[in-house]
Amino acid sequence: MSRTLAEKVWEAHVVRHGSGAEPDLLYIDLHLLHEVTSPQAFDGLRLAGRPLRRADLTIATEDHNVPTVDIDKPIADLVSRTQVETLRRNCAEFGVRLHPMGDLEQGIVHVVGPQLGLTQPGMTVVCGDSHTSTHGAFGALAFGIGTSEVEHVMATQTLPLRPFKTMAINVDGELGPGVTAKDIILAVIAKIGTGGGQGYVLEYRGRAIENLSMEARMTVCNMSIEAGARAGMIAPDETTFDYIKGRPHAPSGADWDAAVAYWKTLRTDDDATFDAEVHIDADELTPFVTWGTNPGQGLPLSANIPDPEQIVDENERVAAEKALTYMGLEPGTPLRDIHVDTVFLGSCTNGRIEDLRAAADVIKGKHVASGVRMLVVPGSMRVRKQAEEEGLDKVFLDAGAEWRQAGCSMCLGMNPDQLAPGERSASTSNRNFEGRQGKGGRTHLVSPLVAAATAVRGTLSAPADLEN
Amino acid sequence: MDAFTTHTGVGVPLRRSNVDTDQIIPAVYLKRVTRTGFEDGLFAAWRGDEHFILNQEPFKAGSVLVAGPDFGTGSSREHAVWALMDYGFRVVVSSRFADIFRGNAGKQGLVAAQCSQSDVELLWKLLEAEPGTPVTVDLTDKTVRAKDLVAPFEIDDYTRWRLLEGLDDIALTLRHEAEISGFEANRQTWLPTTDPLPAV
Ligand code: SF4
Repeated sequence: MSRTLAEKVWEAHVVRHGSGAEPDLLYIDLHLLHEVTSPQAFDGLRLAGRPLRRADLTIATEDHNVPTVDIDKPIADLVSRTQVETLRRNCAEFGVRLHPMGDLEQGIVHVVGPQLGLTQPGMTVVCGDSHTSTHGAFGALAFGIGTSEVEHVMATQTLPLRPFKTMAINVDGELGPGVTAKDIILAVIAKIGTGGGQGYVLEYRGRAIENLSMEARMTVCNMSIEAGARAGMIAPDETTFDYIKGRPHAPSGADWDAAVAYWKTLRTDDDATFDAEVHIDADELTPFVTWGTNPGQGLPLSANIPDPEQIVDENERVAAEKALTYMGLEPGTPLRDIHVDTVFLGSCTNGRIEDLRAAADVIKGKHVASGVRMLVVPGSMRVRKQAEEEGLDKVFLDAGAEWRQAGCSMCLGMNPDQLAPGERSASTSNRNFEGRQGKGGRTHLVSPLVAAATAVRGTLSAPADLEN
Repeated sequence: MDAFTTHTGVGVPLRRSNVDTDQIIPAVYLKRVTRTGFEDGLFAAWRGDEHFILNQEPFKAGSVLVAGPDFGTGSSREHAVWALMDYGFRVVVSSRFADIFRGNAGKQGLVAAQCSQSDVELLWKLLEAEPGTPVTVDLTDKTVRAKDLVAPFEIDDYTRWRLLEGLDDIALTLRHEAEISGFEANRQTWLPTTDPLPAV
């Protein structure tokens, strides 16, 4: 029977098929942990006297609330410090490999897994974090889980799961200059809505997707959750294999050949059908930015703030009105006229080396506009090191930006990197929810290219605007 | 999770509807890193009031909460169930539960017994007239009994079975241990492990 990529990976992991109301039991190949969603799961194991079943398929890193300055000093925030210390104790007790602050492999959990070569095609990957969908870029089935599920995976290395529906996101054509993976995914979410993917695993396909680098594919899959989807996937190909080859945990020798032979089978059969299909023409895409308080409220940078009065759907109209009030924006204002106070370059969406290179390229020899602060936070310490070897840190510092240590940072403001009330940011992260980057903070989601150009001009801008 | 067949304890009449999870346990308590000890957060805002029912004898020692309709609405936090159980509650009786709360309760071993609103009212009257009246909740015949009141309650068969057997999600899965081990034996050998790599 012909099957989609997602169905193939699912079926390869069924430990037992559920009967009737009972869900299928799926095996989990890789479990990623961080300090925020793991403590109660470890505590649950202890209370029940259960062991961690597969420490050798589990890895932990500190990311969500670590500071990005003075990392050699004790964490000032007590809650953060307790969570980090608890993770360290738990990992020591249960024998889990941990990359703590300061370690070369420390960083955002979704940057670390792929970078180590632990994320590979056809695997099932879970983490107590919704952006686990990032790993789907390798053709893995990867999704976020809650704390009780974290405990379940710790104890059994499996999860009871109900089947999902499949949706093809066909992105045909070719991206124009200055248009990136971030613009693709923001356009997808604006098109299908923040609930449009609910109950689905999305498969991104088409020429524009095939032409993306591995890191750009991760940016796309990362934000699948913002369309409400369970997961996002891209079929593995030569780009994928090239990326994995030679990484610390990649197979080698005869194992490599066997793995690649299997990985090549991981694509949707030609005659397989999806439960839904969406088409996007890459040729028509331009830099995209959000104007509201959910990632679906986005428009091309050349557009104006929408007028809620013109929105037919009642719910959407009310949502738009509320969003504009919160964002302090007037209908009809050109997006390009919006002044920002802060630019954040980082997160598991856009905190990889290619993102830093792209932004550095735009900002090189220029200066961050006066009154604007720019935070550059590499997704991992290894990304940071690589960037420094390439001299990118100098480029950012010379331009007046801040060069930080690795972590989630201002993506969610659990550490001191926050927006003040009313402060406005252009951010390469994935969520523009009210208060996400700090109480009262106003977030515009953008690509790294737009972030860099915006930092220079002080208003939402694309690199092309710098040439005029 | 402990098996539950029948439980007898002090009934607590909570004459409130729409008790959401923020009221059961406010968000500030979610920052903790433990799985136990949430009893101090239970109904924290209300417990500041000395007249609140849980501040009265003999209700302080209550273990069967009898609440108004739409219990457990709002955010999906599992802490709401933890807080109730850490305090000592084994059962919540209500005429309507929020779905997610009901699901979380079943997973953790808290019985969410759905009675008719008229029976809830009778229980309230009885518990208020004679504070400390023992209430018996019997999962085998699905009744709540207090003095001569016998109130049937509803609970779905699957959850009831799990509670009677004392099986949490993990225990249920571990019944398939042989299949899990069998699956593991057949995994591709080239799949990665997180074992530290030898230093190069
Ligand atoms: S960078 Fe942001 S979205 Fe990614 S894992 Fe960290 S907090 Fe979550």
